[in-house]
Amino acid sequence: MRPLTFTSRAAPDQRLDLSSLTPQNLANKTVAEIAAIELGTTRVRVAAGDIFRIREGDPETIAIEGGSDRFDRVGMGMSAGAIRVDGEVGVEAGRLMSSGQLIVRGAAGPFAGSCMRGGTLEVQGDAGERLGGPLSGETVGMSGGVVCVRGNAGERAGDRLRRGVILIEGRAGPYAGSRMIAGTLAIGGEAGDLPGYLMGRGTILLGRGATLLSPTFGDCGEHDLVAARLLADYIGVTSAKLARRFRGPLRRLAGDLAALGKGEILLARP
Amino acid sequence: MRALTVNGVAIDDTFAEAFDMRATAIVITAPTMRWATQAATTMTGFATSVIGCGCEAGVESLRSSRETPDGRPGVRVLLFAVSTTELQKQLQNRVGQCVLTSPGSACYAGLEAGEDTLKLGAAIRFFGDGWQIAKRLGYRRYWRVPVMDGEFVCESTTPLTKSAVGGGNLIVMGASAAKTLAATEAAVKAMRAAGDVIMPFPGGIARSGSKVGSKYNGASASTNDAYCPTLRGAVETALGPEIVSVLEIVIDGLSSDAVARAMRAGLAAIIELGPERGASRVGAGNYGGKLGRHHYHLKDLLP
Repeated sequence: MRPLTFTSRAAPDQRLDLSSLTPQNLANKTVAEIAAIELGTTRVRVAAGDIFRIREGDPETIAIEGGSDRFDRVGMGMSAGAIRVDGEVGVEAGRLMSSGQLIVRGAAGPFAGSCMRGGTLEVQGDAGERLGGPLSGETVGMSGGVVCVRGNAGERAGDRLRRGVILIEGRAGPYAGSRMIAGTLAIGGEAGDLPGYLMGRGTILLGRGATLLSPTFGDCGEHDLVAARLLADYIGVTSAKLARRFRGPLRRLAGDLAALGKGEILLARP
Repeated sequence: MRALTVNGVAIDDTFAEAFDMRATAIVITAPTMRWATQAATTMTGFATSVIGCGCEAGVESLRSSRETPDGRPGVRVLLFAVSTTELQKQLQNRVGQCVLTSPGSACYAGLEAGEDTLKLGAAIRFFGDGWQIAKRLGYRRYWRVPVMDGEFVCESTTPLTKSAVGGGNLIVMGASAAKTLAATEAAVKAMRAAGDVIMPFPGGIARSGSKVGSKYNGASASTNDAYCPTLRGAVETALGPEIVSVLEIVIDGLSSDAVARAMRAGLAAIIELGPERGASRVGAGNYGGKLGRHHYHLKDLLP
């Protein structure tokens, strides 16, 4: 069955909250009912029908044709099905997802995958700052699922990561994996300054090192770890490119010793 | 007891009686097959019978590096016990003392699903003294315990099945010790290929089959005198004058089907060998149907 398709009519005049357009919310709704869903975030009312041409289809699979950096909260709270966006998205894409699949065929704004609990989020372009991280006032970031960014990620990717896996095929900004509680963050390109800043537990894999490593990590030497094989195999399901970087011996840095110090940075050979 | 004869081998009209058990499986890997096998062999030593060893355990199969979770050579081991508590205790002790200690080893769940789970790494992890690391990848959770040659990686839990069956058996009888051993070895080899079973006795073979009870106080089992050739003239024997040697194969399987499949494969191998090179008669042990609910009639398992 063909997907339920939203085709963008024009660039929106205001930021839009697309969190209502998830498979579980649109199940059993007619096109007219969907078109009436409010998406606006200002006092000017905007409905889905004003922004998109809507083509009937299976709401388990949603296609959004034509993206915008003003399309905020795409797939937020998604618990089943799949959403595909042919373009970029704004902030908080896939935030609080618990299951399903969200594919963004473009760039994503800040807080993509924020506090995700399950499912998969793939960003084929770049991701903004605080990928998977918590919003202000929240104590825990992503706690399950897989996030994969094919491009680069902004600063503090994986902030307060609790569980799950974040994969960044390109570079990452400063403080990647800051305050990590656990989980796995893999970066194929060079990371910015101080990856793993104040991390307590968890694993950060760096394919091409970092611009500056914290002196509060202890060098444990290079090892051919069985766990790294398991990690590489698991990563390889989503990103063969990243998995190749982490097969073979890795240098283990234990830290952040300025915090709990039971985390690790695993460095691939240059 | 009537017997039918296939390819010159007399098949007793009897059945093997087996009973329900709890079981689990693990996969042990290592840098080489030699060390994976070493760890598995050590772990399954002294595990021939639940009566004296607490569990019955054995190597089920060797796994190539393409068939293991970490891409290294491995061995699949099955463990059987009469209760979940005993199985947990045996698993924990044996993995802790024999696999954790073996160079380069790692340990993973060997069943996809079961009615319950047993702690594997979740019990061993405390050896890490606080330096152990949990790593969840998808629905699997692993423990990484630092050890002197690197890390011991161990999956957190392994499924337990309550559908396991223990005590399937074949009694192999021949005109000489060499012929009986040859037939029994052929049967064990064929049974191993059937999968999901172990034959827990040395090399899969027991030469000291037992009967229930003893003339001595405190002994729950004693030699099966009816099948001892040297007592043929002294007791009520089950052996004809042509039988000089008797060996038994005990089979534990993850399911009743697995036990039946293995017994069928073993019977076929014995029959194919024939009495000139192997056994002249095959029987099975039972307790009149009073011990276990699984009955494997030999006539139903013939090739």
